[in-house]
Amino acid sequence: MSFVEYRDTIKDGDTAIVFLGHESMFAVKVQHGGKTQTKYGVIRHSTDLIGKRYGSKVTCSKGGWVFILHPTPELWTMNLPHRTQILYSTDISLITMMLELKPGSIVCESGTGSGSLSHAIIRTVAPTGHLYTVEFHQQRAEKAKKEFQEHEVEHLVTVKNQDVCKNGFGVSNVADAVFLDIPSPWEAIGHAKSALKIEGGRICSFSPCIEQVQRTCLAMEEHGFTEINTLEILLRVYNVRTISLQIPDLGKASEDNSGAGFDSSNQSNQGGLYGVLQQGTAQFKSGVPLKEMVGHTGYLTFATKSLF
Amino acid sequence: MDESAEPGLRIREGDCAVLKRDEVFKAVPVLRRRKVIFEKQWFYLDNAIGHIYGTTFEVSSGGSLQPKKKMEESTTETKEAGTDNRNIVDDGRSQKLTHDDIKALKDKGIKGQEIVQQLIENSTTFRDKTEFAQDKYIKKKKKKYEAVITIVKPSTRILSTMYYAREPGKINHLRYDTLAQMLTLGNIRAGNKMIVMETCAGLVLGAIMERMGGYGSIIQMYPGGGPVRAATSCFGFPESFFKTLYEFPLSKVDSLVSGTFSSETLTSETECNVPVEEESNGSVKEKTTLIQETEEESSSEAVMEGIETEDQETMDLAAEDAEYKENKERGSKENIREKQRKQQERRRKLVETAALLEERNADGLIVASRFHPTPLLLSLLEFVAPSRPFVVYCQYKEPLLECYTKLRERGGVINLKLSETWLRNYQVLPDRSHPKLMMSGGGGYLLSGISVTMEKIQSDASSLEAQKIEEPTSKKRKLQELHC
Repeated sequence: MSFVEYRDTIKDGDTAIVFLGHESMFAVKVQHGGKTQTKYGVIRHSTDLIGKRYGSKVTCSKGGWVFILHPTPELWTMNLPHRTQILYSTDISLITMMLELKPGSIVCESGTGSGSLSHAIIRTVAPTGHLYTVEFHQQRAEKAKKEFQEHEVEHLVTVKNQDVCKNGFGVSNVADAVFLDIPSPWEAIGHAKSALKIEGGRICSFSPCIEQVQRTCLAMEEHGFTEINTLEILLRVYNVRTISLQIPDLGKASEDNSGAGFDSSNQSNQGGLYGVLQQGTAQFKSGVPLKEMVGHTGYLTFATKSLF
Repeated sequence: MDESAEPGLRIREGDCAVLKRDEVFKAVPVLRRRKVIFEKQWFYLDNAIGHIYGTTFEVSSGGSLQPKKKMEESTTETKEAGTDNRNIVDDGRSQKLTHDDIKALKDKGIKGQEIVQQLIENSTTFRDKTEFAQDKYIKKKKKKYEAVITIVKPSTRILSTMYYAREPGKINHLRYDTLAQMLTLGNIRAGNKMIVMETCAGLVLGAIMERMGGYGSIIQMYPGGGPVRAATSCFGFPESFFKTLYEFPLSKVDSLVSGTFSSETLTSETECNVPVEEESNGSVKEKTTLIQETEEESSSEAVMEGIETEDQETMDLAAEDAEYKENKERGSKENIREKQRKQQERRRKLVETAALLEERNADGLIVASRFHPTPLLLSLLEFVAPSRPFVVYCQYKEPLLECYTKLRERGGVINLKLSETWLRNYQVLPDRSHPKLMMSGGGGYLLSGISVTMEKIQSDASSLEAQKIEEPTSKKRKLQELHC
């Protein structure tokens, strides 16, 4: 397994994703002799996982089965252990594109947090780019380092345990892009500017509160950033369902059958749009929104550093 | 700054550059002595050559570009201002300068900054406006009279924004954030072997190529005579990126899936040497290539702006057409040999591409086309390895409902998700922060999922999976829901 490259078979030491069904999955570290409990029974790593192809179905001891998936940053984001609130793939997607990340990009990020965005950045800049990530919390910085090692991507990332607002990213004029997800991003704008290449680059700041955004935009302007743009992105998911609606009984006009309405006793006029399942119902496919959706994660502010 | 250290840092002749003024973008080829129209201004790009991308220019008299020095903002002296607009009457007479006066100023060559100053001084209501209103007024006038143009390097961000604003019909109304989702959900990265089917003028292909950085390979499926790659050429990728880009006709997919494909069955349709015309909105104008590749199987046309007539000025159509005709007439024997050689090369590449597909180990599938997605998904998924993501874009939701259903029946896919994204822009100013007035009404829909090994016993996969995946029916619901 590799977070930056696809491999076909499961190996000892891999991080694999166990998929149990509708939005139910978890990450597992594959080890010789290891055992993982699921609601369908036990998965024995040595016999059930190691050597099997990713994407295979694995039957557990109680008879139920699961799928073993190759890890991707997106699957990791859904299954990683939270040490902080994380960024989800919706925001990550927009950040990646708006910062113009691609293989070879040099990126500075703070705070590392739980490494959700970090993994996505590493995937995008590999094999020739690099991520410099700064985390002021010592344990989180340690845990992130350890995870990058386990995921075989430590050659693509440098973790620094320091305060970006006071000491910056530890590099100068090398970055194509800088990302800030910290409580007071306006205090780090100056450092961000010096971390970015002289000829220019992109910056993004993520803040939940509009007041933070206001201060950050002001700081960006003062430091000469251009193209300052704040936006937010929300994900709407739909469940695909076949719906049957009952046709109301409006009674029958006495003798006169000239009614052009939705006559439930006349099955032939239902053509095209509605399949009549049984007497009195109309059936159709619908994309039904979920009862609740995420309404806000944070405001994303992008800007450009240029020479002029 | 060492140019060799960072190729592509400076504007060079032959590049595809993007002109930017505020939120408006336009892609143009960088050619000397070629008049360019952009935002009601005419100019030549000659002076821009050699400058670094991101430089801002002003259009000076005669149409030449001058780099704009960063001006210090005039000190904010406490200007006279009102408190509210209760006494301001908009009778259209507050500006004392007439159209002609302003034109005279412009003709005299007065700088935009000065014109704005004149407008302020000749406005009777300016000093009664609130500070905010004055700010807004100045911004508005600056936008109109202080025209600065920035020349930026093309990227997915820039081109997808440009296409969505200018030519959404060409890209099936794929909004840029939806494209961003596709690239991430599809785990597009260096080293992948991707299958792409798009009819978005090559924008999606270009975005994928950018994220792959020239590593790995891409097989582009195409309808008709050849893939349209107008937008792809705007990205300015090096030649090496195209060495691992393959194409395969959709019309041969069925035979490949069923195992009946063979190079002997190639008909003359795949050997057609007529450049493919723009497909999407019926505009059939043959445009010749920007960079001198006379591709016959794929049309790498540098159609920068689609159907706008301004194109004609920036493309040297006449000259290249004549050259083409000349080549046709010259030495027909030589021509026939050349044609045969090209046919053989095409056939060889087709067989090579078919072999790549038949390995059935692609790392992902991206579909974004004007065609109904279901048949595309059902057949192209055959070429994808297990445990790999796929993403389908559709301008409309309903075809994806059907696609979802058919995929459930087929089996071999999990984690199916139908979604769309909402995008909202904000104005952020001290004491004046709020979402902007207008927002995009829709940017299309995505259906994504992960492939898994196909079950040999079909019923096992679909029924068990369906049961496991769908939520149990609530007894109290009035709507009777059936699992798809």
